[in-house]
Amino acid sequence: MDKTQNNKAWFLVLPVLVIVAFSAIIPLMTVVNYSVNDTFGDNQFFWAGLEWFEEMVTSDRLHEALGRQILFSAIILAIEVPLGIYIALNMPKKGFWASVCLVLMALPLLIPFNVVGTIWQIFGRVDIGLLGHYLAELGIDYNYTNDPLDAWITVIVMDVWHWTSLVALLCYAGLQSIPNAYYQAARVDQASRWAVFRYIELPKMAGVLLIAVLLRFMDSFMIYTEPFVVTGGGPGNSTTFLSIDLVKMAIGQFDLGPAAAFSIMYFLVILLVSWVFYTVMTNLDKEEGK
Amino acid sequence: MRLRGSALVMTLYLLFLLIPIYWLVNMSLKTNTEITSTFTLFPNDLTFRNYAVILTDPSWYMGYVNSIIYVVMNTVISITVALPAAYAFSRYSFMGDKHLFFWLLTNRMAPPAVFALPFFQLYSSVGLFDTHIAVALAHCLFNVPLAVWILEGFMRGVPKEIDETAYIDGYSFGHFFLKIFTPLIASGIGVAAFFCFMFSWVELLLSRTLTSVNAKPIAATMTRTVSASGMDWGVLAAAGVLTIIPGALVIYFVRNYIAKGFALGRV
Repeated sequence: MDKTQNNKAWFLVLPVLVIVAFSAIIPLMTVVNYSVNDTFGDNQFFWAGLEWFEEMVTSDRLHEALGRQILFSAIILAIEVPLGIYIALNMPKKGFWASVCLVLMALPLLIPFNVVGTIWQIFGRVDIGLLGHYLAELGIDYNYTNDPLDAWITVIVMDVWHWTSLVALLCYAGLQSIPNAYYQAARVDQASRWAVFRYIELPKMAGVLLIAVLLRFMDSFMIYTEPFVVTGGGPGNSTTFLSIDLVKMAIGQFDLGPAAAFSIMYFLVILLVSWVFYTVMTNLDKEEGK
Repeated sequence: MRLRGSALVMTLYLLFLLIPIYWLVNMSLKTNTEITSTFTLFPNDLTFRNYAVILTDPSWYMGYVNSIIYVVMNTVISITVALPAAYAFSRYSFMGDKHLFFWLLTNRMAPPAVFALPFFQLYSSVGLFDTHIAVALAHCLFNVPLAVWILEGFMRGVPKEIDETAYIDGYSFGHFFLKIFTPLIASGIGVAAFFCFMFSWVELLLSRTLTSVNAKPIAATMTRTVSASGMDWGVLAAAGVLTIIPGALVIYFVRNYIAKGFALGRV
């Protein structure tokens, strides 16, 4: 759509600007302030320059947390995106069952994060959980509080349970927008199921799929509550992701300086990746507009 | 044949989604002795004690009240400020609009963990700590950008000719916006409100950091069940079940728009 050039539109944006500035810029500046200062309490600050940044860049703790975080996000995306597409393709197109599926699939998305954690914590326990109990009966040695691998599997399955529906719902919305004529044309051409998917459905889903990947990437990269409730970051540090580590550092140990430096770098990584996604997305929007 | 395959896939997937929830409900209806001593697929000794504990103890049920208060406040604030902004983004190009839009989105992308500590200090210093409005404002951080994003997507779908016709007919901007434009994107507003509700409802980190007693959300209250005498599993499960209910109700109302909403109005 052609837009009118009008700088007065700024007035309409002003309320948003004020409110977001209050809840984003002021706190962010506080973080920047901490990151370059040292404090011994009592609000006395000493200039520390880039010391905290140097400490953080070279710290093994951060590298390990970052490594785990990237691995986690990569696994999550690799499972949830294909699975979500597959589910969306199998959903009923319309009618009563479509509504039932929509409501049931959206259910996990509306559960508070810590309740999701609680559900899986209970579900996986060997003594009182359905999953843990039956795995034990099958003779599988499963215990997410002791074994790092089991903890990882639990956290990943939990995330798949929690968020695959989001990808599926997005793809479903994309599929719904494909006119029936496309399928009829494909039938006339005797296109295979794969060809229909590859050349009709996938391109039409590209836009929403990108949003799905963007949302899932961002949210999995800042995941905190669910693994915190289930494993508390353990056993050891095996499921300590970036946010968990950060909160431990900032609120648990009150190491403001390093935690602030950590925050800023963390934010920049997310910003960078999101910018790439956003640029691709706006370009896609433009192409569609043509 | 293909149809039957789809039904099978969907059934399996929905079972996967529902079994953990079933287990939670199942546990919430058992006594603690039954939970820890025997393993039963259905409660042998059906009890509503766990729910009674929550619904009669103010420190429990006030958690729900607090959560609902700040969630509603947040939704109202977010939608009110996002409406004009989304209109500006969808209709006009102005200096710095693209940068501004991206900057707004970055706030949706910011990890709450980064903001937890500064928020705590900011709200303590202005005397808002442990109030509902503090949590509502903090949640604006990610809900306002999201609301702008969704509403902008929906507003794009409304042809610009409608605006122009209204102006020619002599409507003032305010009049046009409230009387003509808002009803046209009513479904968009509903969806945006739903998403603000949802993300504010499920968020724990910030709401827990910013509250201690008076505005403590239910999600934070739940951590109370871990006590010296061991876990009160039954009450924990019952509290969990009760947090699912508002979400389930809201979903039912927006079910036809939910997919479009998740696509941020861009389908």
